[in-house]
Amino acid sequence: MGAQLREYRARIRSAQTTKKITRAMELIAASRIQRALARVKASAPYARAVTRAVSAVATYSNVEHVLTTEPEKIERAAIVVFASDRGLAGAFNANVLRAGEELATLLQSQGKDVVYYLIGRRAVGYFSFRKRAFEQVWAGDTDTPQFGTAQEIGQELVRRFVQPTSEGGVDEIHIVYNRFVSMLTQEPEVVRLLPLEVVEGVEAPEDRDAAFPLYEFEPDAEDVLDALLPVYIESRIYNALLQSAASKHAATQKAMKSASDNADSLIRDYTRLANNARQAEITQQISEIVGGADALSSAK
Amino acid sequence: MADLTVSVVSADAEVWTGSAKQVVARTQVGQIGLLAGHQPVLGILAEGEVRITTTDGSIVTAKAEDGFLSMQNDVVTIVAGTAELV
Repeated sequence: MGAQLREYRARIRSAQTTKKITRAMELIAASRIQRALARVKASAPYARAVTRAVSAVATYSNVEHVLTTEPEKIERAAIVVFASDRGLAGAFNANVLRAGEELATLLQSQGKDVVYYLIGRRAVGYFSFRKRAFEQVWAGDTDTPQFGTAQEIGQELVRRFVQPTSEGGVDEIHIVYNRFVSMLTQEPEVVRLLPLEVVEGVEAPEDRDAAFPLYEFEPDAEDVLDALLPVYIESRIYNALLQSAASKHAATQKAMKSASDNADSLIRDYTRLANNARQAEITQQISEIVGGADALSSAK
Repeated sequence: MADLTVSVVSADAEVWTGSAKQVVARTQVGQIGLLAGHQPVLGILAEGEVRITTTDGSIVTAKAEDGFLSMQNDVVTIVAGTAELV
């Protein structure tokens, strides 16, 4: 067998094994999307209940709260980047990191200090490769985020927000995550988490007279708001985590599908080349035999 | 008398939902009992259990720590990060 033919055969084999792997990853991702989407859906009643309650307090009391008041001067801002633990997901991590960079540039041009909180090992890799500082990392469960993680993140962010700026606290907090639009599109989304703007995004009550009547608060409006706002933040973070997980699986599926398709076309191309090489080899052998026989017969 | 529509919701799932005659819960200022027609309430739950008497008379008990309870238009929602039936 000719050297060229052997080379093509080796390439075909290697593309075939790679294709097996990417195909398996594609199928795994496809089954995980369904589960991730079910979790997004299952968390909706909670988010809705919390949002309703917060808007009820916000609408029917004039309580000023530290989490909703705009600081007079914003000196330091925090960016929370929701990436994933694993790569092989197309532009998933690149997109969210780029959105984070753009936001940081914008904030810095407004004269604000930027500090980072990272979620997912890929974000950590990106930052430590560039030798850039970050505050805290949550990694390890971005594929199936638990509510406990969201609570931890929420508590840390609220603590940092409440801390005075002179002692290292931050004045505003942004989150950057991939929003799940559809199986084919995931969009990086930038949202300002704190200070809160509760009124925005609340569904209008269907019937103005019936909905949102005067509430009785236990113990009182201030305490209720005190307890509710951190919960609201946690629920927003949990939602971002779940959306990001679903987006990651969708992005992986898409990337692995195109990898499998690409392996297919490589295998096809190399098979043609290998056939060509085989034919050329046979042709050469025939002409050698014919030439040899000719030389023998003419030598007689 | 009208019934209450009760749902117990945790962060990752709707734990229980159904109609009930009465809901008894413990808020930070004390125990509260809700029947249909109660005025709208929004309360922070204290440690303890929430007792729901369903329309057929059986009792459902739920654990909902660090949660809150809201009632409005005979719809009671018990919300907690981790809620579970006992």
